[in-house]
Amino acid sequence: MTTQRYPTTWRRPPQILKDRRWRIAIQIGIVVYLFLAIGTVEVNWSRVYDGLERGQRFVMGFLQPDFTSRWRDISQGLVESLTMTLTSTVIGVAISVPIGIGAARNLAPRWVYYVCRAIIAVSRALQEVIIAIFFVAMFGFGPFAGFLTLSFATIGFIAKLVADDIEEIDEAQVEAVRATGASWAQLVNYAVQPQVMPRLIGLSLYRLDINFRESAVIGIVGAGGIGATLNTAIDRYEYDSAGAILLIIIGIVMIAEYSSSYLRKFLQ
Amino acid sequence: MTEISHYRQIWSHRTPRARLLLWAGWLALVALFVWCWQVMTQDTIWFFVADAPQQAADIGRRMLPPRWSYLPELMQPLWDTLNIATLGTLGGVIMAVPVAFFAARNTTPSVTLLRPVALFIIVASRSINSLIWALLLVAIIGPGLLAGIVAIALRSIGFVGKLLYEAIEETDARQIEAIEATGASAAQVLSYGIVPQIMPAFWGITVFRWDINIRESTILGLVGAGGIGLKLQGSLNTLAWSQVSVILLLILGTVVLSEWVSSRVRQAII
Repeated sequence: MTTQRYPTTWRRPPQILKDRRWRIAIQIGIVVYLFLAIGTVEVNWSRVYDGLERGQRFVMGFLQPDFTSRWRDISQGLVESLTMTLTSTVIGVAISVPIGIGAARNLAPRWVYYVCRAIIAVSRALQEVIIAIFFVAMFGFGPFAGFLTLSFATIGFIAKLVADDIEEIDEAQVEAVRATGASWAQLVNYAVQPQVMPRLIGLSLYRLDINFRESAVIGIVGAGGIGATLNTAIDRYEYDSAGAILLIIIGIVMIAEYSSSYLRKFLQ
Repeated sequence: MTEISHYRQIWSHRTPRARLLLWAGWLALVALFVWCWQVMTQDTIWFFVADAPQQAADIGRRMLPPRWSYLPELMQPLWDTLNIATLGTLGGVIMAVPVAFFAARNTTPSVTLLRPVALFIIVASRSINSLIWALLLVAIIGPGLLAGIVAIALRSIGFVGKLLYEAIEETDARQIEAIEATGASAAQVLSYGIVPQIMPAFWGITVFRWDINIRESTILGLVGAGGIGLKLQGSLNTLAWSQVSVILLLILGTVVLSEWVSSRVRQAII
């Protein structure tokens, strides 16, 4: 008499790659890649060891930030960053609304659609920092170049999301307004705008938040703002001032994130 | 015969009071904008701004045609850039997983102590851009690939950690309860109840972050953290605009390719 042996252990079946051969091939590939990649990373360990003491000083600077001795530079950088953020968001959103309408398949004629989508693609493909380099070369150092950079980046972001949102609106409402004999402008104003407005406001607030973060970065290439101050502080090894600037950035980003998520909840 | 007067009224969307408030709001926004504009542009040299189209034409002329013979020299930096992004993502994910489990309300060992710490790590990492991390790390551990890798890793913690802990909080409690009912230990619940549920989200987030990291690692060289950005910085400093255009096209191609790969992988997983 043979009783079938009852299994005492169980192995979890693979979830993503079902084929055993694929799993082995990918695992071998990963190991080979890691070998090659880590082999080409040259690390100067003595330099790293020397740097540890500096890293410790930086951590100390972060724990004991010095807000006062460079406060003039910090406050000027902050004012530049904040004004740059607001103006670029306003201008960027103002420009991206018509582009977003033009990039919606259900509102615009074919050729307008392609032109607007091309503008969006160009604006999204390039990094803010790279755009900032070009604008600084063209317009000179300072927050004006940063303002242009952020506006340009805002266009790609807002216009794409608004266009996608317009393409997903409820067609029945558009049909109803069109049945009253409304012109195209009235159609956009009475049928489309009420449907996308809450999302547009939410996206603008979100972009305001992103623009502040980016304004801290593009200063490194000369486009003004708090990033330039931070860059100077680090170049001069004033880690306590750098720590203060970083804490201010983190604080403002946190405030912006919480208040914008609160406002978005309130509006929707 | 009386006339029905209310039909003749023009329909309006809002009450007069709401309209007034709305106008006040818009007016305040415009005033704020004008004030910010004044503050921002007080130091702007308008001569340079007026001069900009000429400068742009000049740069454009120097950028064309791209110096394609520069391309072979860029292959080694490109490989370095890919390594910064991939190894950085790997490091970031390894550090983000415990942070995510500490931050998720249903898996954290202590709500009062560890969860706020984990949330602070996530916020701090998210609010500081990888370029700033690289700036700090180049000053601390010296220029080179390692600074770039660590910068990308530190930046990735926040992104991966936030999305992953949200995925953990959204897991189906019934499956976990079923595992618990078999008498599983805490580690077994984690391994058989939670991990299988978040696995697709985990791979999706990782590939998504890898794609973003490719994009970010191309510019880390500007502050000395290795990769193709170093070549960009060199070409910009020597005003070799025809090399800059080659580098930019290469970056654009890499970014588009990585975006395609990541969207294909995510489609396959989810």
